Amino acid sequence: MSSLVINDLRKSFGGVEVLKNINLSAESGEFIALVGPSGCGKSTLLAMIAGLESVTSGEIRIEGRLINNEAPKNRDIAMVFQSYALYPTMTVRDNMSFGMESRRVPKAEQAETIARVAALLQIEPLLGRKPSQLSGGQRQRVAMGRALVRDPKLFLFDEPLSNLDAKLRIEMRSEIKKLHQNVAKTMVYVTHDQIEAMTLASRIAVMFKGILQQYDTPQNIYERPVNKFVAGFMGSPTMNFLDATISPDLGVIVDGGDGKVLPLQDGQIAGLVAGQKVVFGVRPEHFSPVEEKRAERKGGRSGVVSVKVDMVEPTGAETILMTKLAGQDVVVSCEPDDMHAVGDEVTLAIDMTKICLFDPKTEARL
Amino acid sequence: MADVIAHHEFDPLSTGSPRRRILSKSAVYALLIVFAVCYLLPLLIIFLNTLRPLQEIVRTGFIAWPHEVSAQYWGEAWGSFCIGGTCEGVSRFFKNSLMMAIPATVFSTAIGLVNGYILSKWRFRGADALFGLVTLGVFLPAQMTLLPWAFVLGKLGLSNSIAGLVLIHTVQGISFTTLFCRNYFLNVPDDLIKAARIDGAGFWRIFRRIILPLSPPIIIVTVIWQFTGIWNEFLFGAVFTSGDHQPITSAIVAFSGSGTGERHYNVEAAAVIMAALPPLFIYLVGGKYFVRGLTQGAVK
Repeated sequence: MSSLVINDLRKSFGGVEVLKNINLSAESGEFIALVGPSGCGKSTLLAMIAGLESVTSGEIRIEGRLINNEAPKNRDIAMVFQSYALYPTMTVRDNMSFGMESRRVPKAEQAETIARVAALLQIEPLLGRKPSQLSGGQRQRVAMGRALVRDPKLFLFDEPLSNLDAKLRIEMRSEIKKLHQNVAKTMVYVTHDQIEAMTLASRIAVMFKGILQQYDTPQNIYERPVNKFVAGFMGSPTMNFLDATISPDLGVIVDGGDGKVLPLQDGQIAGLVAGQKVVFGVRPEHFSPVEEKRAERKGGRSGVVSVKVDMVEPTGAETILMTKLAGQDVVVSCEPDDMHAVGDEVTLAIDMTKICLFDPKTEARL
Repeated sequence: MADVIAHHEFDPLSTGSPRRRILSKSAVYALLIVFAVCYLLPLLIIFLNTLRPLQEIVRTGFIAWPHEVSAQYWGEAWGSFCIGGTCEGVSRFFKNSLMMAIPATVFSTAIGLVNGYILSKWRFRGADALFGLVTLGVFLPAQMTLLPWAFVLGKLGLSNSIAGLVLIHTVQGISFTTLFCRNYFLNVPDDLIKAARIDGAGFWRIFRRIILPLSPPIIIVTVIWQFTGIWNEFLFGAVFTSGDHQPITSAIVAFSGSGTGERHYNVEAAAVIMAALPPLFIYLVGGKYFVRGLTQGAVK
């Protein structure tokens, strides 16, 4: 049964439409990530699900029940805020019991629930402390604890990790994943971090300018993005986009180069016409040394190109090369052991099974 | 937010050579002492006169060191001096002032807290316009409101009563308390309110459990501000009350016009200091919090 259904949802502030025609549904127990750059409407969408923003038109249903005009407390949801929003004058225990108290849960049951959740999140020693006496990671746990004591139908997370430092963020990310596996509740998670979305979600909703661009599994979003925006937003370093033309034998010729044809796979040529202008999208990790024959080992084909190295950025695990391919900027990720220097001409193979072609005007994937 | 952060003030005079430090510090302290003396001298003269017999004041003048010291004039001023034919001193007027200032302070602060809470956290269409109108009262001269108040008190049957003054000061004070509280609550993160609403708390529960516990700094500010303002207020007391119902500020005027011809400077001086004690006490106790509360949120 669908736990969350959103139909034709719209939101306007004054005359400005910030959410346009959103359709989304989540199965029970699913982990949905709403991802997009700032101002894309993802937080507004979450606030509307929570009941903190009104609905302009359309409908929101939780387990079949229309909740457009329900007060937040009657929606059976719990929310974790980016700022944690812990009540500063209350102890951790009071923070967790506040919601139950408002709901008139008996004292004994409150204590039992707090003990269970505190054990789950390992925050028992913190119960008597005030939020100001906690570290960032501890506050984060308490904020999750406050949501967990509710046992709601739907958990909402609003960028819960963005105030943590990089190391703690990765730790808490896996904790949230573990938590989701333990409680098996439907979760909606807003983030601008595409890696968080990729690692946590069972399905990702990519939003841009108030429009839901694509709603699919992380793998499909990554490998078959519907348009140039999704392709560019998901993945780091970002996908390279090259101006190119379709050759008479339905390969790809990168504009401004020596006219060398990069072969396409059989499945990729449907609908292509010789001479057609396209945007050729290649992810940095799909370049590899020619001799590895990465594509060929999978039964695909490689396109061999020559690039000139402008800059080298070692990150430790991989080395990022800023290069020029036929005069166009291309970012390549390679093994740190492949020692390339600035100014080198390097011949690389592109795994043509992984590439994407986009229409230069509509930016949709071909 | 409400956490008190102990930090060191920036002290530009603490660096440089020892010679420069000593010179600059002594210049600063010398100047401060000159101003402090100018300011405290009148208070000291008044205080010394409360201890001197009347004949001595008449003989040697107002500004002189006391030869004979006695505390009896304090007692006279409090309990037995005759004002307007009644020989009970200023104690009853002192009580009047307390009966006026305490309830008016409590009511105006309580209403200001709720107003500020609504205007900052439960915003509605026109909230800013309404806030503008409320704060207009801060700039309205009290003299302008005399006639309307005379009309209102007359209609309500509260003329010449402490209750009437409480009403006036409560209403007159709402502008200030609303302004203070609203601006203070703007610094309370909205996420707290959102979280509490999802937690199932309503308007009053959020106010009681989340907003009020964060409010002591601003409550101290409004209480000091309101109490000293109301206590020291003279105009409304003088215009709307007479005889037994006057607050101490208006009653003290009656000393100078007591009609006996003889001025009891020593008793008058004692009464004046008594009238000034409560605000002074409040300021000494809460002044630190007052300054802290006023500046809180201004920097962050």
